[in-house]
Amino acid sequence: MSMLQLQNVQAYYGAIQALKGITMTVNQGEIVTLIGSNGAGKSTTLKSICGQVQTKGEILFEGKNISSWQPHLIAAAGIAHVPEGRRIFPRLTVKENLEMGAFSIKDKKLIKERIEQAFAYFPRLKERYHQAGGTMSGGEQQMLAIARALMMKPEILLLDEPSMGLAPVLVDQIFEIIEELNQAGMTILLVEQNAYHALKIAHRGYVIQTGEIIMQDEASVLLSNDQVQEAYLA
Amino acid sequence: MISSILQTLPQVLIDGLALGAIYAVVALGYTMVYGILELINFAHGEIFMTGAFVGTSVLLLFQSFGWLGGMPAWISYLLIILIAMMFTGALGVGIERVAYRPLRKAPKLISLISAFGVSFVLQDVVRFIAELKTGNYIVSSHSLFNQRITLGTSSLGSIFGDATIKSNTIIILIVALLLMVGLDLFVNRTRWGVAMRAVAQDRETASLMSINVNKVIVLTFFIGSALGGATGVLFAQQYGTIDPYIGFILGMKAFTAAVLGGIGNIRGAIFGGFVIGILEMFASSNLGILTSGNFGAEYKDVFAFMILIIVLIFKPEGLFGKAVKEKV
Repeated sequence: MSMLQLQNVQAYYGAIQALKGITMTVNQGEIVTLIGSNGAGKSTTLKSICGQVQTKGEILFEGKNISSWQPHLIAAAGIAHVPEGRRIFPRLTVKENLEMGAFSIKDKKLIKERIEQAFAYFPRLKERYHQAGGTMSGGEQQMLAIARALMMKPEILLLDEPSMGLAPVLVDQIFEIIEELNQAGMTILLVEQNAYHALKIAHRGYVIQTGEIIMQDEASVLLSNDQVQEAYLA
Repeated sequence: MISSILQTLPQVLIDGLALGAIYAVVALGYTMVYGILELINFAHGEIFMTGAFVGTSVLLLFQSFGWLGGMPAWISYLLIILIAMMFTGALGVGIERVAYRPLRKAPKLISLISAFGVSFVLQDVVRFIAELKTGNYIVSSHSLFNQRITLGTSSLGSIFGDATIKSNTIIILIVALLLMVGLDLFVNRTRWGVAMRAVAQDRETASLMSINVNKVIVLTFFIGSALGGATGVLFAQQYGTIDPYIGFILGMKAFTAAVLGGIGNIRGAIFGGFVIGILEMFASSNLGILTSGNFGAEYKDVFAFMILIIVLIFKPEGLFGKAVKEKV
């Protein structure tokens, strides 16, 4: 069952066309990765889905065309986005950051339960509970950003470069958590420059270059593809 | 010299606190809007002025209906403040919708000019209505609380003189305190309050949390403007006479207070308001003594702004400004 479907999506920043007709699908229960070099349009694709850039074309989420919805309504519909650079609220505490992730939920008990669930995945956040987000290390901030996105129990999780700027040990840890989340049933669209890691855990992959999808296949096939190896895994 | 300064010190502090409370609450409006939109809402002084006029009109209306004798003075006071808050809150929301939202993606300078335009429009509209209704744009009303109470501060030590306090001053302090504590609780303890801070820190990401950013901006304008309007009522009650131009200089000083405390910072704005209020009162009663008569009380504003400049030279982000280094 396709959960998210992009059909010929084009995006513009002023006069510059950043996406030249992206078509891709994410099925329920999958990890799909979108790989490509800097400036290829990976982040723009995620921002298009979230309504943060103006687009043409169709973006279907659970059958509804959401391409003209406002960002907060898209989020409330069940699309959680962990943006590039983590973007946690630096002067809100860990607790407040998590509460903002659950903004669409009004039941306080449910929010408490979700916070406990987040601690199960990310025990470090419990230690930092009343600390301002901006004072934590990069790895802790990434964990907070993912935990915050999970607070609303989304249908699909969009991750933008979750491994960026992290030490190798932490990178492994983050990818492990992504796999765990997926095994627990979460559908994931993962954007990565770290193509090797991403293809290792993904089911399928898309390769994007200057705003166009140039290749798509099973992740294992892409991993052994010569062209991919040369361009993104060398 | 010192002894005469000390003699008047209790009175200076009391008057300074009352004035400072007014600056502080008005400063909140500047700082909240700046925190969310990085826009200096220069029309905020005029919103304060409108609040003063709305409050006075309601008071005169109550009077003409003969309602004032019928209910305790504090109830009419409360009603007047609430009506003025609703009115100016709605006015602030309207201004945002008409004058700022269409320009949100334009350079900040454009919105600033729009803000000046709104200021002039409000001044003239209020002047027009006041002249139409009363024949004069300067409006006086009677004060609901005008008893004078003498505080025996001289009993603290013979170096201090006695101070008198108007009962309205006590009301200013109580109302201002309630408004400030209320806002602080709202911003730190409620869902929408925390969302307001989230939007101030990162608007784009806040929308990813399913926070309706426009709703938060509207809420910010409503609260900030309602606070300004309430202060206008307190001001009108304290000084008895108002005109459509009181918002300009008072707004400038409240804005100064917000900058002094670190613009965007709510507690900073409160602190800055009290500092400016007390300094101004201190200067107005003591400048003559300090400069042996060369500079009189009329230089009090220069004194307050000089303090601001000195603080900003050494601490450009303001006393409580966000100097927190963030990891990127």
